[in-house]
Amino acid sequence: MKELMIGNAALARGLYEAGCSVISSYPGTPSTEITEEFAKFSDVYCEWAPNEKVAAETAFGASLGGKRSACCMKHVGLNVAADPLFTMSYTGVNAGMVICVADDPGMHSSQNEQDSRHYAVAAKVPMLEPADSQEALNFAKIAFEISEEFDTPVFIKMCTRVAHSQSITEKGERTEVQKEYVKNPKKYIMAPANAIARHPFVEERTRKLTEYAEASPLNRVEYGSGTYDFGIITSSTSYQYVKEVFGDSVSVLKLGLINPLPVKIIKDFAEKAGKVYVIEELDPIIETHCKTIGVDVIGKERFSLLGEFSQKTIAEAFGLEAKETVSLDTKIPVRPPMMCAGCPHRGMFYVLAKNKITVLGDIGCYTLGSMPPLNALDMTLCMGASVSGLHGFNKAGESETENKTVCVIGDSTFMHSGVTGLINIAYNQSNSTVIVLDNSITGMTGHQQNPTTGYNIKGDPAGKVNLESLCRSVGINSVRVVDPYNLDECEKVIKEELAKNEPSVIISRRPCVLLKYVKPKKPLTVNPDKCRGCKKCMKFGCPAISFRDKHAVIDNTLCIGCGVCASLCAFNAFESEGE
Amino acid sequence: MSAKNIMIVGVGGQGSLLASKLLGRLLVDEGFDVKVSEVHGMSQRGGSVVTYVRFGDKVYSPIIDEGEADFIVSFEKIEAARYIKDLRKDGTIIVNTQQIDPMPVIIGSEEYPKDILSEVESKGVKVDAIDALTLATQAGSAKACNIVLMGKLAKYLDIPYDKWESAIEKCVKPAFIDINKKAFALGYEN
Repeated sequence: MKELMIGNAALARGLYEAGCSVISSYPGTPSTEITEEFAKFSDVYCEWAPNEKVAAETAFGASLGGKRSACCMKHVGLNVAADPLFTMSYTGVNAGMVICVADDPGMHSSQNEQDSRHYAVAAKVPMLEPADSQEALNFAKIAFEISEEFDTPVFIKMCTRVAHSQSITEKGERTEVQKEYVKNPKKYIMAPANAIARHPFVEERTRKLTEYAEASPLNRVEYGSGTYDFGIITSSTSYQYVKEVFGDSVSVLKLGLINPLPVKIIKDFAEKAGKVYVIEELDPIIETHCKTIGVDVIGKERFSLLGEFSQKTIAEAFGLEAKETVSLDTKIPVRPPMMCAGCPHRGMFYVLAKNKITVLGDIGCYTLGSMPPLNALDMTLCMGASVSGLHGFNKAGESETENKTVCVIGDSTFMHSGVTGLINIAYNQSNSTVIVLDNSITGMTGHQQNPTTGYNIKGDPAGKVNLESLCRSVGINSVRVVDPYNLDECEKVIKEELAKNEPSVIISRRPCVLLKYVKPKKPLTVNPDKCRGCKKCMKFGCPAISFRDKHAVIDNTLCIGCGVCASLCAFNAFESEGE
Repeated sequence: MSAKNIMIVGVGGQGSLLASKLLGRLLVDEGFDVKVSEVHGMSQRGGSVVTYVRFGDKVYSPIIDEGEADFIVSFEKIEAARYIKDLRKDGTIIVNTQQIDPMPVIIGSEEYPKDILSEVESKGVKVDAIDALTLATQAGSAKACNIVLMGKLAKYLDIPYDKWESAIEKCVKPAFIDINKKAFALGYEN
């Protein structure tokens, strides 16, 4: 049956049909739905791991154990999984193994726009790059075949516009694959002597894969009707934009196997096409390859290194006439994302901003604490960096910074890579105060369970990390829990912990208001007779409160009745039902 | 048939995902090639969100670019204006008259434009405004704004009413089918 599927769901389906039986992943936009969709199949194993390194190693172990396996992550997650990646290239696999990585050109939901294709080249691991949902499904099957035939893990590289675009997809049937585990120290123990012996295998594999690339249907030439005197080499979503602009009028070499890239096909194409343009988002991977093999192409001098492309990008670069547009004179105010009404993080950020505390931040919904009016953050780098960064900051600043600096990190991010930073704080004794914003879920990526929630990916009861015990056991003696809806308590505890001459952890605990089990209370209302229009509540930055006709008003479609605004108001103007 | 382009815009959390799901389902059932593209993640937290729906004999690009949208369906008043550049010169805007203040307006650093829809109309754009929130509440749930707006859109697309109804049946949970059908009818009639 044909149906509309997002690329990630189609990829999950393809992995399933290929006989993949184990997936371990860490969520990250735009990759999360691959694993969520795979978890819906009943006859396979699927899990959220604490981080991408653990996920990749788990998938590797499953491959070794004889089952086709995969791990899925966003581009920056691959940095975390890079350690096992480079050596898995040497060991190869037993049953097939696929690494799904999703890039985010344009940074819709990311802290950088690194190009994952570099990893394929650097680790000498083949990479397939689908351009729509049907290809995502088909490529998953081919990826497992390549993995087993050439004895290598295989990348499938998605990007936001392939991962999150729906297109018509036809499903197939699942095939089961089972390999036997046979002890093979020379292949699987990467001590120097064995690794030295494996490296030539890797180089020979790349040579064979290049031969494969010349004949593989993953790479195809679509000859144009001859209107233009040039040809285009492209891949992924850029292919769709090229076709949108030129239709069948221009010859296109569409590459589905991005590493290793073919040589003969490119040379033949260039010879027939005359002038050749390479159109690829982000870095010049295909372009560099073309130039290395002596094919003169036009690439990044015409097409940007930055952000996403579109049909307009392509049309403009070729000097085609722009479409007529309508424009307005009035400036439309920006609408940045923000913390939800009732978000437990807001109370903690309000207190930190009020006390002018320096706050090293981390990756999650709470990165939005950096936005006006709270402006509460000083730094955001990568997963876990708030904790280790705070340690370094305090080692540099010592008594100048220790009593007025904290870090904030979510429960899931703390499990991912914050705990190692905390161990460093305890071990190397910096007088640091770590605030764990425990909202009992992985929030920003759309509510995934994690080791602190007590549930697994299917929502079944699972092992649960006790954050207080964990922090104490690594050597933090002062561990306290606060409710971020209680602003006075938060302020008191923060001041006390900052004043102490030892490392400490404050767990700010209240579940995300979007969780189904968190029942909203009745919206509050503002009593206009009591409201003096002092605007103190506007400094709280709650999207449910706005200011009209000299008074605060509450949007009852947004307010969830948390009542924190009421505790801020000196005139008791916020009223809940029954008062 | 060359591709038709519909943009659904609004504020993260307003339910644009269900609207695009319904539209996608309907158009696939009608035998079109269809692509739907939206961005998940950070922008869903109360930010400005946009979904592209494209259909026709063959659709390549999943996104709608400047000057290409035949319709912009907006869940909020100024969001319609924000994406006006993407509208074709002879395109149509279907807009919910609901006002949701963005954070810069809430904190007083920017102003909510007063009469933005008149300005849009003065540029020769057809604006079809509807109080979807009131109609959705009338249908039984304020959350059904999305389906009210789909009802409004249905008047412009040459697809039979009963096909929309059967797409609603396939896309929403059984308990909410009646409310959504009612919301759709109210959008279609008003």
